[in-house]
Amino acid sequence: MPSGTLRIIVCIKQVPKAQELQVDPKTQTLKRVGVPSEINPPDANALELALQIKDRQPAEIVVVSMGPTSFDESLERAVAMGADRAFLLTDRILGGSDTVPTAYALSETIRKIGGYDLILCGEETTDASTGHVGPGIAGHLDFPQITYISEIKIVDGKVRARRTAEDGTEWWETAMPCLLTVNFGCTKPRDPTLLGKIRVKRGGVIVHWSCADVGIDPNKVGLKNSPTIVAKVDTVHLPARARKVFQGEPREAVAQLLDALIEDGVVAL
Amino acid sequence: MTDAAHVVEDKSHFQGVWVFLEQRKGSLRDVSVQLIGEGRRIADKRRTTLTGVLQGHHVEAIARGAMGYGLDRVIIVDNPVLEIYRSRPYTNVMAHLIRKHKPEIVLFGASKNGRDLGGRLHAVLETGLAADCVKFDLDNEANLDMIRPSFGGKSLAHILCKRHRPQMASARRNVFLPPPHDATRTGEIVHETVELSAKDVDVELLEFTEFVREGGLRPEEAEIVVSGGYGLADAKNFVMLQELADLLRAAVTASRKAVDSGWMPKEFQVGQTGMTVRPKAYFAIGISGAVQHLAGMQESEKIIAINMDPKAAIFEIADYGIVGDLFKVVPELIRQLRERKEMKPQAAAVPAVAPS
Repeated sequence: MPSGTLRIIVCIKQVPKAQELQVDPKTQTLKRVGVPSEINPPDANALELALQIKDRQPAEIVVVSMGPTSFDESLERAVAMGADRAFLLTDRILGGSDTVPTAYALSETIRKIGGYDLILCGEETTDASTGHVGPGIAGHLDFPQITYISEIKIVDGKVRARRTAEDGTEWWETAMPCLLTVNFGCTKPRDPTLLGKIRVKRGGVIVHWSCADVGIDPNKVGLKNSPTIVAKVDTVHLPARARKVFQGEPREAVAQLLDALIEDGVVAL
Repeated sequence: MTDAAHVVEDKSHFQGVWVFLEQRKGSLRDVSVQLIGEGRRIADKRRTTLTGVLQGHHVEAIARGAMGYGLDRVIIVDNPVLEIYRSRPYTNVMAHLIRKHKPEIVLFGASKNGRDLGGRLHAVLETGLAADCVKFDLDNEANLDMIRPSFGGKSLAHILCKRHRPQMASARRNVFLPPPHDATRTGEIVHETVELSAKDVDVELLEFTEFVREGGLRPEEAEIVVSGGYGLADAKNFVMLQELADLLRAAVTASRKAVDSGWMPKEFQVGQTGMTVRPKAYFAIGISGAVQHLAGMQESEKIIAINMDPKAAIFEIADYGIVGDLFKVVPELIRQLRERKEMKPQAAAVPAVAPS
C-alpha cells in the first residue's frame, strides 16, 4: 500500500428491509420470507462516510461482513458504490452466533486483512439493534473506540470525530488505528455507479473466507459458544386504543378533537 | 486482552447484583437512579446485596447520594483519568473489578456511554450482554431473565445467559421508575485502586457543545409531544409545529423520514434508532406509523394522529384521529387553541368579582 493511503475497513451486515417488515395478523409473528434485503442502514451511512474520506484523500476501502453467501448482494452493492474490495466470512459453524462470537470472528477477519488505519461500523443493526459488535471488535483488537459519530476529519495523521451525546456534541481525537461507530442517518449513501457495477461484473472483488481460512477457533463461535440465548419471544399486546376518527371539515373535526382532549384532561387551557 | 471463554462450572462463586453508576458533570445520570430501583428489586428477589460501581474523580458525594436510592455498597474508583467517560479506562476498571469480586449480575443504563462500555466489556470478559432491556425477572433456575423489545417493539424477547457469568444487561432509560431517596440510608463505601496510566487515555476530548433548545422542552420530559413526519414536506413547516407545541407547552420531535430529509436534527428523532417517549399525549402529524416509529412512542397515554391517508398504520394505534390535509388541520388547531385560551380569562373573571 502506498504511504499516505488510508486503509479503511467498513463492517456491514445485510438485514431485511425495515419498511417492508410486517406482522402476520394470524400468527402475530414477523413475516420474513420474501422480504427484500438491504445493507443495514447505519452501515450504509458508515460506508458513505468512508467514501467521502476517499473523495478527499487517497484511501482504500475494504468492506467486511459475516453471514451466508446471500450477503454477496450487499457486498456487491458496496463495491458498486465505490468500495475497493470486500470479504465475506461465511461458514456454517458461525450460525447462531451472538455478539460475543460475532465480535471475535470479525476482529480475527480484520486482523487477517491487516494494514488497517480506520475501522467503521454502523451504530447498530436495524434487525438486532444491540450496538455491541463495534465496541466488541475494538475490545478484541485493543483499539481506541469512539461511538455514535457523524463526522470524521483526518488531521495530522490523527482522527477527529464528532460524537453525539445525550446532552450535546463532542469532538474527540485519537490515533490510528481506531474503531468508530457511525450514527444512523448522518449521511445520504450514494447510488452505485456504472463504473462500480462494471467492477462487480468483472468479478474477483469479493472474497469468501471460511473460519479455517482466517484461523478462527471453532470452539469460540456459533450458537453453542454464544453466552446468550433467546429463550422465548412474546407477542406484545398493546392496550386497545379508541381509534376515534373525527369527521367533517377541519373546523368541526378540530373542535371535536379539542373537546375530547380537554375532557380527558390531556390538554389544559 | 481477552480471557478464555468464561463458562462457569460453579456459578455459586458469582454473587451480588451490581449497577454501573454513570456520572456526568458531578451528578448521577437519571437512568442510573432508575436502575438502582430495579437492581434493588432483583437483589431482594435473589436474596443478595446491591452494589453501585462509580468511576470518576472526586465523586464521593455522588456515591453518598446514590446510596439513598437503595444501594448496600458503593465501590469508588477515583482517578483523574476517569474524570470524564472514556471507553478504554472505564472498561479496564470494570473488567478488573468484575474479575476480582465476581458479581452474578451487572446492569448498565442503555445510554450512549453505557452501551459503549457494555459492548467493549462483554467482548473482553466473553460473557453475555442483553441490550436495551425493559423488564427483568428470574427464571426457575434463578438465571436473570433479560427482556427486551425486538422487531420495533412488536414482540419481547427473553434473553438468558445460562453458563457464563456475570450476566450483563443494559436497560432502557425511563422504563423503570426512580426509587424514593432516603437520605438516612447508610451503606458501605469501598475505595478500590486500579492501575491506570497515560496510555489508557487513548482518546482526547477537544470540544463539547451543549444542545441548546431555545425555549423548547426536552422531549423525554415534556408531558405533550408534537411530532412531525414526512408529510410536513419541508423543514420550514416545523415552525408551524413549534407554534402548536408552544400553545400546548409541548416538545417537538420528528420521525426518521423527516430527520433523514434534513428537516430536524437527529437528536429529536423518535423511534427505534432515536429516543423513546411516553408523554400524556403524542401528536403524530404527517407520520404514517412504521413499526420502527411506533417502537419509540406506542406507550404514550394518548395518541393523536393527523394524516391525509385514512389507511395509514398510525390510525391503528391512535386514540383520536383526523383524516385530512395537515396544512389545513394544524393551522385550524392552532387557531382554535388560541381562541379557547383567550376566552378562558374572561370565564375566570366571573368568580373574581363575585365577593365584592
